[in-house]
This record gives sequence, structure tokens and C-alpha cells, in this order.
Amino acid sequence: MVAFDEMRPENSGLRQPYQKYQAWLDEQDPARLTEKMQDAERVFRKTGITFAVYGEDAAAERLIPFDIVPRILSGQEWRRLMQGIEQRVQALNAFLDDIYHRQEIIKAGRIPKELIANNEAFLPEMIGVRPPAGVYTHIIGTDIVRTGEDEFFVLEDNARTPSGVSYMLENRETMMQLFPELFQRIKVRPVANYPQLLRQSLAAVKPEGCEGSPRIAVLTPGSFNSAYFEHAFLADQMGVELVEGQDLRVIDGHVAMRTTQGYKRIDVLYRRVDDAFLDPMTFRPDSALGVPGIMDVYRAGKITIANAPGTGIADDKAIYSYMPEIIEFYTGRKALLPNIETYRCSEPSSLSYVLEHLHELVVKEVHGSGGYGMLVGPAASKKEREAFAEKLKARPSNYIAQPTLSLSTVPILTEAGLAPRHVDLRPFVLVSDRIQIVPGGLTRVALKEGSLVVNSSQGGGTKDTWILDD
Amino acid sequence: MLLGRTANGLYWMSRYIERAENMARLLDAGLRLALTQTTSSAEEWTSLVVSAGAEAAFRERHDEFTAATVSDFLLRDTSNPSSVVSSIETARMNGRMVRTALTRECWESLNEAWMSLKRLLANPIDERELPSVLDAIKRDTALFRGSFQGTMLRNEIYNFASLGTLVERADNTARILDVKYYVLLPSVHWVGSSLDNYQWESILRSVSAHRSYRWVYEADYKPTLIADYLILNPRMPRSLAFCYRGIVEDLRQLSEDYGLQHPSYDIAVKVLERLQVSSIKDVFDYGLHEYLEGFIDDNARFSQAVADNYRFT
Repeated sequence: MVAFDEMRPENSGLRQPYQKYQAWLDEQDPARLTEKMQDAERVFRKTGITFAVYGEDAAAERLIPFDIVPRILSGQEWRRLMQGIEQRVQALNAFLDDIYHRQEIIKAGRIPKELIANNEAFLPEMIGVRPPAGVYTHIIGTDIVRTGEDEFFVLEDNARTPSGVSYMLENRETMMQLFPELFQRIKVRPVANYPQLLRQSLAAVKPEGCEGSPRIAVLTPGSFNSAYFEHAFLADQMGVELVEGQDLRVIDGHVAMRTTQGYKRIDVLYRRVDDAFLDPMTFRPDSALGVPGIMDVYRAGKITIANAPGTGIADDKAIYSYMPEIIEFYTGRKALLPNIETYRCSEPSSLSYVLEHLHELVVKEVHGSGGYGMLVGPAASKKEREAFAEKLKARPSNYIAQPTLSLSTVPILTEAGLAPRHVDLRPFVLVSDRIQIVPGGLTRVALKEGSLVVNSSQGGGTKDTWILDD
Repeated sequence: MLLGRTANGLYWMSRYIERAENMARLLDAGLRLALTQTTSSAEEWTSLVVSAGAEAAFRERHDEFTAATVSDFLLRDTSNPSSVVSSIETARMNGRMVRTALTRECWESLNEAWMSLKRLLANPIDERELPSVLDAIKRDTALFRGSFQGTMLRNEIYNFASLGTLVERADNTARILDVKYYVLLPSVHWVGSSLDNYQWESILRSVSAHRSYRWVYEADYKPTLIADYLILNPRMPRSLAFCYRGIVEDLRQLSEDYGLQHPSYDIAVKVLERLQVSSIKDVFDYGLHEYLEGFIDDNARFSQAVADNYRFT
């Protein structure tokens, strides 16, 4: 199976979006490009854009490898994606509102009740709670894969706390530093205003009764978290405080942070802490990362939490398989961006199919993320597949399976020149009183030849993503 | 508005940068002295460790005070929380926590110092390499200070970081003087006499003041003048008086910004006043050791008051 190359598909010439780039590339000295690649690494290391990999030495800080060949999409391709994403995001928020109120989608028999009731990501504490401005999931990273000229699929809806947006911004910054002349020749739509949009978006969903401009803060688990760089980066770029649980306390019915001048009230909290750790009085009592009592403040409508607690139910991998139904139910239209065919191992017929076809499927944990705990059938050894089959049989409802897609490729620069590698795309969506999508996103690329795993925790890299202004 | 935790991070980031730098200076002075070989060098190396306030920890790790053991302990030993490598690690950890409060240049110079010093100090250092290693430490910390002074807005963030630098420096200077003075001075009768001794230069050298001493005093090294210089001279950037002038100024600005004067301000003013009205004769009449010990205590008490008043934790 030959993958679709976004620059030069087999048996046809250079694709339109890459023409100006190729013309520039033809003029470059290969040695100079290699040098630029090294420059890029130095820039990233110097600025400390690193991430920690769980399971490795606690002190280990690694760079996500950056490739200097951009991934380019035409304006037309982008517009199509945007429509599909907007529709999906609307449906996600409508679904969340429904699930925590009347549950009409269950009453209508479109999704099974057990899927919600038995789901860890469903928070009973959120039943009947309406978040400020009615928005549940404010910041979304929709993972999209491509298999052909017109074939785009949604792989995942990251509706809890999607990360990676800082890489989108830093990748662009780095490319502009390395190749200023390229940006004069090719009109690329800018992404740099994302932090301002994020801030405006958060301010627009301030709690009712909050007068004037709200005080916003980013809540991080702390500097040992793998995405700490991003938390700090966003707080900095937005000009808001970066807080940890230990800085916060509930005082007089409000959440307040400890400053050098005493406690100051916070109106909007962009939290990068998982639901389970948010409030030790409501959720995990051992959590030191959260704020005791914040859920009471939230239920009283005195603080906006973005994304709202309990949004995980919408991007759960078991729910994902119902997204086409969910979209149709709430928007009245068919999904513009299709799902990938998904087998729910909880269903006996699907389970037996999956067990028989393990060698050609990708199997994922329902609640997993970051590429941990998944099996890529075609790449796994017989022994690995057999071991995984045992896990599947033991807890079938913990898994879903999907066909191995032939992800599109984009060239990266290797020592032997340009060579195709598989990619995916995560555009970032902001929801307030409107839906905004910055023209760009994070392109993740599997650096190993033939590999389909693009996760940074599994050796993937990133590329700058260009949306052409055409 | 500034988080208490951020103020704490800024304060300790600066303290540890300053500590790393002072550790390098201290070793540099010891090295020079060892090269002159006019005295038993073990004594000199011992005094270095005592000045660094780490004698007990050192004895747990090593039996002998030699150039190799002492420099390894003060530079590379991660079990010594004040070694250069530990200090720079702690400084960077704090800096990383407060990076949104720092300018990009400032953060990058700290991060680069951390990267280069970690590499430099990863393996045991050959004695011949020691001078260039010490230079590199001073250079990296100076680069950080340079970008800090050159790019940071003079607001509360600056004030808390500055307080950390000055409190740490005052503590270091007082300790160096206290320890070395008694190692070097065989008897009280020598006070006031003129000594042509490399060892006296080493005290000054450990705070990089051996040349400026001559500009100020136009005299040979005299124990009383050296003490005067390092304690009372308000223009000498590592003296106690200089540090407390800066500390009072930082606190004055904070009080003005916040519209509130805390007890820590009164403590600092009192310490400064004492440094301003004393003559070096008063200090010696009181007892130099007692005077310095009292100062080190006051300084620690002041540090705690700042942490309390500004809600560091």
C-alpha cells in the first residue's frame, strides 16, 4: 500500500501547494539546509522548549525533534477542514450539555446508557450544572489524518486538555528566524495571534456577575509536568498568572491566589490539570495539584473552569465511535469530516473480529492517550500480538480497534536528502460565544521510515504547518 | 501582581546563582594561595570548606582536605547542596518555575549556564583545568547577571530577585571574613600591623577586591582596613554595607508599590544603620567574630521576615 505523499503523490507531479516551496528549495545548497537543521535544534535547546518523557529518568528533558520542511495546505483544503471541525465542536458542546442535563440522546436510543453511566470520564458532580456562557469544551485539538487527495478523517477529538499549541507557535517562530526570505515569497497565514485569541476567548466566558475584565490564570500541575513549558509559555504570552494548586485557596466563596499582597480573586481558570486532581474534596482526596472546594465555587457559578470538568466524556475513545450519530443528532446534518471505522471490543462480534485481525489493526485503550498502551498490529511481532490478545480478552471494554490507515506522508530532511514520512495534523479550536480556529496547527511526523506512530513520547517529531493565503 | 510562590522562586533563583559564583571565587582564592606555597595548604583548603559552611558534610565524604577533594566537593558534589553544580541546578529549577516573570534573554542565559556548567562539571576536573573551569563559572553567572540587569523591568519582580542576590552575598562575605580572619591572624596583637602576606590578598581575592583595595586605601594589606573594606565601605559591591543599602532600597520600592511597610523593612533599616554608624574600631572593640556572627544571624532573620511578609509560602 503506497501512502499518499502530500508533496509528490506517486504517478503525478508536484502538488500545487508545494510549487513555490519547491522552486525555493531548488535554489538551496543542501549543505546549508543541513546547517539550518542544526541551528533549529540549538534554538530549541537554548529556549528550553523541552518535554519530559514519563518512565524515563525524572531529570531527563528531551527536545521534540523539529523538521525544517513545512507541511503545506492550500486555503481551499483548510476551509474544508474548518467547516468539518466547526460542526464537530458544536456537536461536542451540545452533547456535553445534553449528557449533563436531559440526556435526550440516550432517550432517543442513539447511544447506549451504559456507555455513559459506567464511564469514568462521566462526572455525576456535573449533572445539572451549566457552565458560564454554556460552554463546556473551550479549547480543543482535533486530530486529523489524511489518506488521499480528498480523504481526511478525524482520529481523535481532544476535548479535555489538548497540548501542543506552543509547538505550533514556536515552530513558526523558528522557521521565520531560519528562513525569513521564504515568508516573503510565499504568503503563509499567520498563527502568532493565538495567545491573544485564547485570552479573549477565555475572557468572553467569564462568570456571570463578574464586573469588568476578568482575572485569568493558567493552572499547571507544576514544573515537573511534561507539558510545563507549554503552560508557562501560554500564561506568559497571554499575560496572565501561571498558578499551581498550592497557590490557590477558596476564600469567601471565590477562588483566590496567594500573591505578595495577599489573596486575590480569580475569575477564569484555564486548567491543565486532569479532572481527577482538580478538587481533593470532590475527586481524588490525595491530590495536591488541585484546589480544595473549587467545585463548590464552580457549581455556584463564581468561576469559569476551562475546559469544564467532565468534558472527558466527549473525547473518550468509546464515545468516539458514536461521533457520526452524535453529530447528526445535534446538528441535523451528516458529519462533514468522517470518523475512522472503529470496532468496539465491548461488543462480542467486534471482539472476535478484532482478535482474528490483530495483525492489520491498531488497538487502543479507551482512556489512553499519548500512544501509551496501544498495539500497532502490522508493526508488532507475533509474540507481542499474542500478549496483547490476552489483555484484550481480559478486559474487552477497555479497548477499541481501528484499521491501520495508510497515513499521508510529507518529506523530511534526512542526511540523504528529502524522504517521505507519515504525518497527522492537530488544528486548535477555541470556543466562546463563537468558534475560532487559527490557520495552522501542529503537524506531528513519525521520524522513523515507515513508522505510523507520530506521538512525541514515542519518537515522533513536529513540522511547521502552513496554510496558504490563496 | 505577583504570586507569593513566584517571589519565592525569584528570590532563591538569585541566591543560588550568587552562591555558585561565590563558590567559584572562594576556590579561585584558595587555588592562588596553594600555588604560592608559603603555608600549609591543608589549612587553607580546610578554611575554604568552613567558609562555605559545609565542614560536617565534607567530613562525611572525605578524610583529607586537599585541592582535589575540596574542589570536587565545592564544584561537583551533588550531595553538597551548595556546590556549584547543585546551586546552578536549584537556580535553574527556580528559574524554570518563574520563567514567565523573566525576560527571554534572562531565562535563556540561565538555561545556557545550566547546560554548559552541567556539561563542564559532569566529570572529575583535572587540576590543570581548574582555572579555566572557575573562569567559566564566573563568566556564565556574569552573563546571567548582565541580562538580568540589562533587560528586567525595575518592578517587584526585580526587587525580589535583587533581594536574593544581596542577602546571599552579604552572608557569603560575612562568612569568608569570619573564617579566614581567624585562620590567618595568629594573635590579636597582629591586628593593626602591616602584613606582607599573600594570605591577606586571598581574602580580598575571594571577593574580587584585591585590586580595588589598593585604589581605596593606598596602603598595604592591614587586617583592620580589610575588615573595614568588606564590612563598612558602602561603595565596595560585596561589602555588608553595600548589600544592605541595596536591600533597603528594594524594600522601600516594594513598600511604595504596595502602599504597605512590613516589619522586614524595619529590620533591614536597623541593620543598615548599624553598619553606617559603626567605625571599624567599634567593630573590633565589640569583637570581630561576635560582630560577624551577629550579622549572619540578623541576615537570616531578615530573610525569614521577607518570606513571611510577602507570603512566599
